[in-house]
Formats: sequence, structure tokens, C-alpha cells
Amino acid sequence: MGSKINNERERGEGLAFWLTGFLLLVIMPLLNVLPGPDSWLHVSDFALNRFGKFLAFGILALGLDLIWGYTGILSLGHGVFFGLGAYAVGMHLMLTIGTESVYGSMLPDFMVWNQVKALPFFWKPFYSFWFAVAAAILLPTLFAAIFGFLTFRSRIKGVYFAIITQALALSAWLVFNRNDTNLGGTNGLTDFKQVLGFRLSDPGTQRTLYVLTVLSLGAAYLLCRWITRSRTGKVLVAIRDSEQRVLFSGYSPGNYKLFVFVVSGALAGLAGALYVPQVGIITPAQIGVLPSLEMVIWVAVGGRGTLIGAVVGAVGVNWARSILTSSFPDLWPFFLGGLFIAVVLLVPDGLVGLWRRALDGWRGLGRQTAMPEPEGKG
Amino acid sequence: MSERGSIIYLEGVTVDFDGFKALRNLNFIVDYRELRVVIGPNGAGKTTLLDVISGKVKPVAGRVVFGKDTDLIGLQEHEIATLGIGRKFQTPSVYSNLSVWENLDLSLKRTSKGVFATLVSKPDRAEIEKIASTLETIGLTEKADDRAGALSHGEKQWLEIGMVLLQDPALLLIDEPVAGMTDRETEQTGLLLQSLADRRSIIVIEHDMEFVRQIARTVTVLHEGTVLCEGPVEKVQADPRVVEIYLGRQKEADAAAAR
Repeated sequence: MGSKINNERERGEGLAFWLTGFLLLVIMPLLNVLPGPDSWLHVSDFALNRFGKFLAFGILALGLDLIWGYTGILSLGHGVFFGLGAYAVGMHLMLTIGTESVYGSMLPDFMVWNQVKALPFFWKPFYSFWFAVAAAILLPTLFAAIFGFLTFRSRIKGVYFAIITQALALSAWLVFNRNDTNLGGTNGLTDFKQVLGFRLSDPGTQRTLYVLTVLSLGAAYLLCRWITRSRTGKVLVAIRDSEQRVLFSGYSPGNYKLFVFVVSGALAGLAGALYVPQVGIITPAQIGVLPSLEMVIWVAVGGRGTLIGAVVGAVGVNWARSILTSSFPDLWPFFLGGLFIAVVLLVPDGLVGLWRRALDGWRGLGRQTAMPEPEGKG
Repeated sequence: MSERGSIIYLEGVTVDFDGFKALRNLNFIVDYRELRVVIGPNGAGKTTLLDVISGKVKPVAGRVVFGKDTDLIGLQEHEIATLGIGRKFQTPSVYSNLSVWENLDLSLKRTSKGVFATLVSKPDRAEIEKIASTLETIGLTEKADDRAGALSHGEKQWLEIGMVLLQDPALLLIDEPVAGMTDRETEQTGLLLQSLADRRSIIVIEHDMEFVRQIARTVTVLHEGTVLCEGPVEKVQADPRVVEIYLGRQKEADAAAAR
């Protein structure tokens, strides 16, 4: 039983979900296909593809919001889980290039360049598309499970957890950067040509990837909504508010944290898997400390502790980024830093919180005109 | 006192915080359906005693036995809570961002409090009735849908008592329940605790001597980590050693104030 405001909010969220879904899933692709390129209604292939990337980030933000916004555990290492998903799919795409590569070898170009003679053993299963897709989800899931088990069992929390996850992001960045790791080093994996026989340069392929991203985002949203509205979701908020009380009420907070960390890692992996074929490149620079921090900023800007906020933040910040980096490439880091400080200081509950306050204020105004005088005291 | 009749039995318990012995070779027994008050000056080890029973602090020596033969040493806090030991903290700890109802709902005793069982669990009628009747007991029926963070200090204390009650513990540990409460709230809390002792054992830590006189049947005085004396409240108050440790402090405080 939630409060009345919550029930109203939940209905509003349901409506917003279906409307947004319709807009993203039907209207956007139609505007890409139907109007001529000169029409003002036309959504270009480039714009649609870029939006698909933002929505993939939205999936990651949902997971990050579960662990940070709801449970109060700040992870600064989500780039790693994203990277595991992205590299898993990237490896498959590398192998499907075949002899279309620059060197015309069956081996990925960077291996030829690094004088690797035979495909390393751990690359071989990635010939299979389905193995790669499964690995993109299961690798980050498994990794989050092991890492989470070790940290939460030792009751590492708060700022210590944040530091450890940041160290994780740094070490992952170092490992992926090494040529010896055989994952493309600094240049990462790129130059993909096709997936399941469809050319990645074909707008139709990209449109399909976009639709898949929207569907995945919708499913991820429903999953997170189910979790947060369940009693387990309430326990997560309870852990944020008073972990000690949760512990002495007979729950094991460590198990709950592990659960939410694993779900969050899996969603980050899914986001990475959808990101790679749409963007066409994955490098260590996209999975290290800085990108992991940026992900946290998306959630903060959108409004942590609200699922919609996480998605809005991921899409909004990245949209602003793509506009600003094309006009003022040097200013972006300052803008991002300034945005974070402004949000923390001025609107701690983010854009969604701002919107809700505006809505409440507007409703309050309406009520005041309807009932001019509340019962006076004395 | 026989071990068999006791709900909690501590023998030779020593707690060592980096060389500081918070409890020294402590022996402490509480019987079924007993309301026991533990008093003592600051640093006597009162809260540490509750920490040991509830599993928050691990003693370096001694035995802690719950009921007939359940050894509590080595168990984790949530396991001890599940066995039937509830704890109310000194400063009210409730879930500020959940409603009063949700606070109580999460605290309710359930067969499984694991992640997946909780994920698919649905509220059932018996549970709803229990929560409603607890709301009645703690006087928060009107505020069931309110955010717990918006309650007054006294209301939060009562909410937490309600939460611990819904765990249906056989042994209730309560740390300074009336700190910061108004006189009226204090008196009501006293009545509530006495009514609860009909069905379960309660250990209360308290500073407020007037409140102690209101509720206490047996009082244990702790001093420097061991039991100084134990008995009915009048006898304890008349004990010269108790007068000494309390008045001694009083004299020092008076002297400090006079300076």
C-alpha cells in the first residue's frame, strides 16, 4: 500500500510509458522512412542511429539507478560491465569481417598488425552470434556476481565501495589497453561490416537495431519497475535509509545488494551489446574511469530514484553532448562538470524532481482557487 | 537461577575493543516473560550488552545462549533477528522514504526474507490485519500513508517499537526508549512496555530513573563492564555501591558546575 501521491504518480508513469513507447517505436521509424529527406518532419538515418545510441545508454542508466538511486550504493565502475557487453558483441563483429579487412586476412586487422599468427583460443567461440549475445549479458552478470559477492560479504559500503569500483574501472581500462590482451589495445574493435549477413552500413539494418534497442529499453524499464514496486524494491530503499534496521529486521542486506548489483551489471552489458553495432567502435576509452563517472552524472541529472529520470538523464545529457561537442568541442568537460555541480547543489532530485515540483505547485495553485480558504486556526 | 528457565543466558562474556574491555567476564540471565531494566553510568557497557546479544559485536570469550540451547555466538545479525530477538535502537531508526505502512510491512515476521521470496510475495489478509492492529497500538493509524521521515521524534520512536513488535520477538531489546520524549509520551511508552511483558521477555536500557521506577520489576546495575548488583528497584537504589557510582558522578558534576 503506497501513498495516494504514489498511486497517482504510478498511473501517470504507466501512461507516459505507453506514449513514449509508441513515439519511439512507431513514430520515429516512420518519420525516418516516409517523409522525403527535404521534409521538416524527416528524421535522418544519422539522427535515428544517434538516438538509438542514447537509448542504449538509457538501459545502462536504469541499472545504475537501481543500485545508486534506490539502494544508495554509488558504483563508479559501470563502464566495465558496459565494456564487457560491448566487447563480447564487438568480438563477434570483428570475426564476421572475414577477408573484407584491410589486410585481407581472416584474422582481425590488429592481430595482423601485432603479428599474432593464430586466433587466440578465447576468440573462437565468438564466431557464434548467439554465443556472443549470451556472453554480452552473462559475462557482466557473472563478473558483477563475483565482484559483488566479495565486496558485499566484507560489508564494504559507502565511499569505500565507490573507490573500489573506480579502481576496477581503472584496472579494466589498463587491461583492455594492452596489446597482449589481444582485444585491439588502444584502438579497440572497429571497422565492422555486417551482422548475421546484414550490412551495418545499410539504413535498414540500423533501423532494425534502433527498434531492438527501444524494445530492450522497454523490457528493461518494465523489469526495473517490477523490482522497485515489489516488496524487494521497498527493502532496497530501506537499505538506503537505514541498513542497520534492515539487518535487525531479519533481512540480509548483502544478498539484496548483490542481487541489485548483478541486475544492474546485466543491464549495463545489454546496453554495451546494443551500443557496438550502432556506433561501430568500442575502445578502452569508453569503459574506463571517465565514462563510468559520466554515467553517474546522467542519473543525477535525470533524477535518481526515479526510473524515468535515469532514462531522461541518459538521453538528455548525451544529446547535449552531441550538440555541444560539435559546436564547442573544448567546452564539453566544463559543461559536464558544471552541470553536475549545479544538479547536486540546486536540484538534488534532478530534472524529474524539478518537473514534479512544478506539477505539484501547479496543482496546488488549482486547489487554492477551487477552495479559497483552508480552515483557519483561531 | 537455572539455565533451563532463561530466555537469554550470558556466561563469562568479555568484549575487547582494541584493549578496552567494554564487558569483563559478564554473567547475565533473563527469564521468560521478564521485564528487566539495565542501568549504569556512561561507559558501563549497557549498549555493548545489547550488541553482544543481537550479534553486532562478537565477544572474545564467554557463552551467549538463547532459549534452551541456541548458541548465538557466530550467528549474523539477521539470523539472530529471525530466531526471535528484536532490537529497538537508541536513536529512532526508521525508513524515512517509505510510508509508515511500508515500514511496518517490511518488519513483519515472515517465513522467508530472502531476495526472491520477497520479490514475489504479496500482502495477505492476516498480515494486513496485523499491521492495522499494530498501527492502533502505536497510535499511528491516521498517519499510515505518511512518509516516515515526516513524523515527529516521539512518533518515530513509537513506529520503531511497532516495527520490532511485528517481528514478534520472544526477546525484545530496547535501548533508551523514552529519550527525547515528552512526559505524556514517556508514560504511555511505560504502559506499552508493561503490557508487552505479558507475552515476551524485554530488556530495557534506561537512564531516566523515574521511568525505571514506573516500569521496573528487576534492575541490573552495570559498572565498568560487569554486574555491580541486581534486584528490585528499591533495593538497588538503596545499595551503597550504586549510590557511590551515581552520586560520585553527581559530586564531580556539581563540583565542575560550581567551578
